[in-house]
Amino acid sequence: MAIVFEKPKSLTDAPFHYCPGCPHGIIHRLVAEAMDELGIEGKAIGVAPVGCAVMAYDYFSCDMIEAPHGRAPAVATGIKRCRPDNIVFTYQGDGDLASIGMAETVHSAARNENITVIFVNNAIYGMTGGQMAPTSLPGQVTQTSPYGRDVNHCGWPIKVSEMLATLEGPEYITRVAVNNVKNVKNAKKAIKKAFQNQIEGKGFSFVEVVSACPTNWGMTPKQALEWVESDMLPYYPIGVYKDRSEKEDAAK
Amino acid sequence: MIKVTFDTDKCKGCGLCVDACPKNCLAIADDKLNPKGYSPAFMKYQEKCIGCAFCATMCPDCIITIEK
Repeated sequence: MAIVFEKPKSLTDAPFHYCPGCPHGIIHRLVAEAMDELGIEGKAIGVAPVGCAVMAYDYFSCDMIEAPHGRAPAVATGIKRCRPDNIVFTYQGDGDLASIGMAETVHSAARNENITVIFVNNAIYGMTGGQMAPTSLPGQVTQTSPYGRDVNHCGWPIKVSEMLATLEGPEYITRVAVNNVKNVKNAKKAIKKAFQNQIEGKGFSFVEVVSACPTNWGMTPKQALEWVESDMLPYYPIGVYKDRSEKEDAAK
Repeated sequence: MIKVTFDTDKCKGCGLCVDACPKNCLAIADDKLNPKGYSPAFMKYQEKCIGCAFCATMCPDCIITIEK
């Protein structure tokens, strides 16, 4: 009998500490599968964020570094400039990348650093217990917005992919989701392309993954994935927001 | 012959595999608990399985192995 599906080799045997039904596990697996298929596990260096994925260094079998809150793209920049032959990626949540780490994210994109950024957007602060994030939807109930996010008081959620796509610098900006099998397969392709771009030296590749947080949204895992489809994806549409090399190929 | 194996001790019983299965082969074992204290998923109707790996694609804990 041949094995059709198994845990990728770039993941360790450590069980995930995430809550039941948390899509972080799916996204970890997609990153690991992309590393396996490209054969870069031995030379990959990951940068873990502060947030739920803070212990990602336990789960990936490649080298990992833990960055201060929000500073993963800055740390990744340093690693990549010192060791240009290694493949450097960051794995960050929305509280890390879109809040305290916004400056690092925007500037590493503007400089077109040759790194891969995986951005997990679940519209809430997961690790600290469900406070409002910069990406929480209008009207969304969280610990710090018990009557729903009031956009007159708290502002509008930030669409990071659209914002970064306005910059001249970055190579590849895309948004994917992991709420059903089809979207997971497309997310895998996007993550693999983001790593491939780095191997080819094309530059900053950014994959926003629309994810869920069943625990802090107060839903079952199934309801949470349905809420992603019904509420999050209309505000955060899936798509490729920038792909410079494809544009150049089309122009030829 | 399709063999679907669950690493039951690591299962958190979230049920995403059960929802993803197009043939409704899987179920949560409500009468059992694993060492983590969760009711694990299991293959209820082996004969209906088509080996599509949708369950393993949606499993957040990478506990499903599929052999054909």
